[in-house]
Amino acid sequence: MADIDITSKDIDGMGPHGTKVGLLRVLGPAHIWALGVGIVLVGEYMGWNFAVGKGGAYAALIACWVAGILYTCVAMIDSEVTSTVAAAGGQYTQAKHIVGPLMAFNVGLYLVFAYTMLEAANAITAGYLISVVASMTGYSGELDQRPFIILVIMFLAWLNYRGVLATLTFNLVITAIAFCAIIVLFLSTSGILGGGIMQHAALFEGHELPYGWIGVLAAMHFGLWYYLGIEGTTQAAEEVRSPARALPFGTLAGVMTLAIAATLTWYLCSGVLPWEYLGDGVNGSVAPLFDTARLSGSTGLLWFLGFGTLFATLASANGCINDASRAWFAMGRDKYLPGWFGAVHPRFRTPYRSIIFLVPIALIFALGAPLDQVITFSILSGLLEYTFMPLNIIMFRKKWPMGTIKRGYEHPFHPVPAIVLLAICATVFFAVFLGYGTQLVAMIGFYIVVSLWFHFWRYRFVNRGTQFTMPWPKPAGY
Amino acid sequence: MAHYEAPKQSKASQLIDVLVLVALTVGALFVPLILNMAGAAKTVASPEENPTWESLGQNAVQAAQYEKLGFTPETAHDLILARFDYSFTFGALLVMIAVIVLYYWLMLRFSEVEYREVIAEKFGK
Repeated sequence: MADIDITSKDIDGMGPHGTKVGLLRVLGPAHIWALGVGIVLVGEYMGWNFAVGKGGAYAALIACWVAGILYTCVAMIDSEVTSTVAAAGGQYTQAKHIVGPLMAFNVGLYLVFAYTMLEAANAITAGYLISVVASMTGYSGELDQRPFIILVIMFLAWLNYRGVLATLTFNLVITAIAFCAIIVLFLSTSGILGGGIMQHAALFEGHELPYGWIGVLAAMHFGLWYYLGIEGTTQAAEEVRSPARALPFGTLAGVMTLAIAATLTWYLCSGVLPWEYLGDGVNGSVAPLFDTARLSGSTGLLWFLGFGTLFATLASANGCINDASRAWFAMGRDKYLPGWFGAVHPRFRTPYRSIIFLVPIALIFALGAPLDQVITFSILSGLLEYTFMPLNIIMFRKKWPMGTIKRGYEHPFHPVPAIVLLAICATVFFAVFLGYGTQLVAMIGFYIVVSLWFHFWRYRFVNRGTQFTMPWPKPAGY
Repeated sequence: MAHYEAPKQSKASQLIDVLVLVALTVGALFVPLILNMAGAAKTVASPEENPTWESLGQNAVQAAQYEKLGFTPETAHDLILARFDYSFTFGALLVMIAVIVLYYWLMLRFSEVEYREVIAEKFGK
């Protein structure tokens, strides 16, 4: 099989695998921003507040900023590797070229499960929001949320099936509206425009650190939720017009956007909602920004934040379908999974079989598991992936030292970001252990079992040398 | 290294592979749930017999916000007093660390063996 430059602007994606049609290169930096921020922004609208429940409001703020450092390291590392390994599958494809097939298989599964669980969590939230709208508009019964959960997942899967440009342009519009809603809420309630309703000092009185410093560590678990999924920008690598420019720009701009949105969200919600209510995402505040708008007394803000919450959940679910299907597709294309999944739609140029296959999987989780469990499953998959990243960049720099291959972006201060990332991941593992140790062990047990299945069974169907598709020289040390 | 020619997989075998993977995934999420081992439930250590905002540790501003949200001291009782238990044993912590380290060690070791095959076939010895 011939070596073809996958970063070429003259060919579509999938060229190196010998297929007749590939994914379309139609996306720009704004789409990358919309994919990354679109997936994550829902984390400000729901889910992050479990961190408040774990350790109090101050603990959630510390978790927000420490997680911000973690994701800055992730974005720096990812931008360098992805702008060089510009292919669908993102970190899966990176691992395949840098670490080895079994790690790549695991990373591919982390990606699929992190995004599919996040998609399920979004659908659950969308169903909840529609039930709130129903009660606000006079419906007195208990609304069955399940049809709406199914509808959300089916509609977005259909959109993804039809084409990536429309999918991510839709994401760009609704993500921008959802982000603007946070800014407008901040301007309207913080005292900048009109009277403020923030009461941080009185609300924190007597509850500054309700669990002490161990609560701060525990809060790190859900601190990831502020940013979880920003690394998904890499999944579009094979569909952007200029990977070397669009990916670093879109990803780093996305992290900055999220750091601002996360801090504003914490400030708004903790200044209005008592911490016990804010921190209980099941029996208390399911959608904290929406609850904050509710207490502002403004009907306009209430509706704006209601739409903001709905748009954020839709944007996230939409981006998750996009990313999970690309990871699944990339693994199918390499035969890490049945090759049937590695097909591209002849007309819409999307990985349509992977998109369709993951719909019932998302529905199983959305309809069958509680929200915090689904979020935890997603976070754990993300955490395992972030722990892989420092190992990945250290091996990347060692096997292809600077100057031996062309990098689209070179991140500064190596290996400091890798070491910081590893240290924060260790802290988050401890935080997960404090509350969800059983799930952590169950999940790692799952990955060990599927790894053995891959190594001793599945890998026989994978061609050895041809899976290495990058036009690089032989790695140092081999 | 000799060129490795992967066998062609039948449709039935592909289907079985997918079913195995899905079953394992669903199991990893639902088995802890079914066995009631999932998550850390909050508990109320010292319930209040006749709760008031003061006895629940709420100042006037905090109480006012709860009332705006539609709560009374009775309905907010569990929400306010429930706490997580963060106690743990060092033995359990060591087991978790060992599981994580073992997992990554296995991944890197098996991957390295496979990676050497890939590089040998791609670039030659």
